[in-house]
Amino acid sequence: MLTLTCPYCGVAAEETELTAGGEAHLKRFGPGSSDDDLETYLFLRENPKGVHFERWRHSFGCGKWFLAARDTNTLEVFGTYPAQSKAPPKPIKDAITAKRPGWSWREFK
Amino acid sequence: MSDLKSFYEGRAADANGVTVRDAGLQGMITLRGDLANAKLKAAVKKACGQAVPAARRAVITGGRGAAWMSPDELLILVPYAEAAATAAALALALKDQHHLAVNVSDARAYITLTGAGVDEIMAKCAPVDFANFAVGEFRRTRIGQVAAAFWKDEAGAFHIVAFRSLGDYVFDLLATSAKAGLVNL
Repeated sequence: MLTLTCPYCGVAAEETELTAGGEAHLKRFGPGSSDDDLETYLFLRENPKGVHFERWRHSFGCGKWFLAARDTNTLEVFGTYPAQSKAPPKPIKDAITAKRPGWSWREFK
Repeated sequence: MSDLKSFYEGRAADANGVTVRDAGLQGMITLRGDLANAKLKAAVKKACGQAVPAARRAVITGGRGAAWMSPDELLILVPYAEAAATAAALALALKDQHHLAVNVSDARAYITLTGAGVDEIMAKCAPVDFANFAVGEFRRTRIGQVAAAFWKDEAGAFHIVAFRSLGDYVFDLLATSAKAGLVNL
């Protein structure tokens, strides 16, 4: 069972209170972009065994979207942060580095 | 005007010293906006007599008060007959800024759960740590399979707000949970 702390209301929400929203930090390529970029945006996703960044919505609670950093292998949660972040904030990155030295995910490490 | 009735017409169910009751018609207003705004704070105080509550708190006495729904949303409680006028007064007070004030009284079911061991009954239905659930704390979560919000008053009773169309489900779920016996009592 996954327990994520909503960064907006501070509730340690259990998985059944949340809705998963897929991968975090996607860059949108819309009309006018190249076919390769559009394909990457639409279909190509990370599928790591280890550190992963995801979007979640506190759907039965305050209704806000947030981002979570966790390990897909051990279900360990490194932290959550607001959905308006363009990159994982430093405390989250430091928390991951402390547990998983040398981690990388897309352009982040 | 039509004959106004609450979702279960005031029905109550007793089991093991616990009473689940349709608490009748309750005025409720959804207010969205910037909760740190001075004008909004003043308007809330005027509407329900209470200050804007802190995060995840409710200040409600005698069916009148305010509860924190999300970082930009409050639930304002007033007597049912005053709800429409209060919503209009809030909208007027905040008319020059981004906000939403809507009377949602008829969209809600309002249930009270009183008696000994109500924490245990709630714990059967919602994924919340009720051992550490303080008086005056307000929580939006799920009860069984549906969205609900509740707070605990000084007497230890729970006040539950759900969608009116799901009121019978929440009522029956709580009544059944009470019937099956108390845990650790």
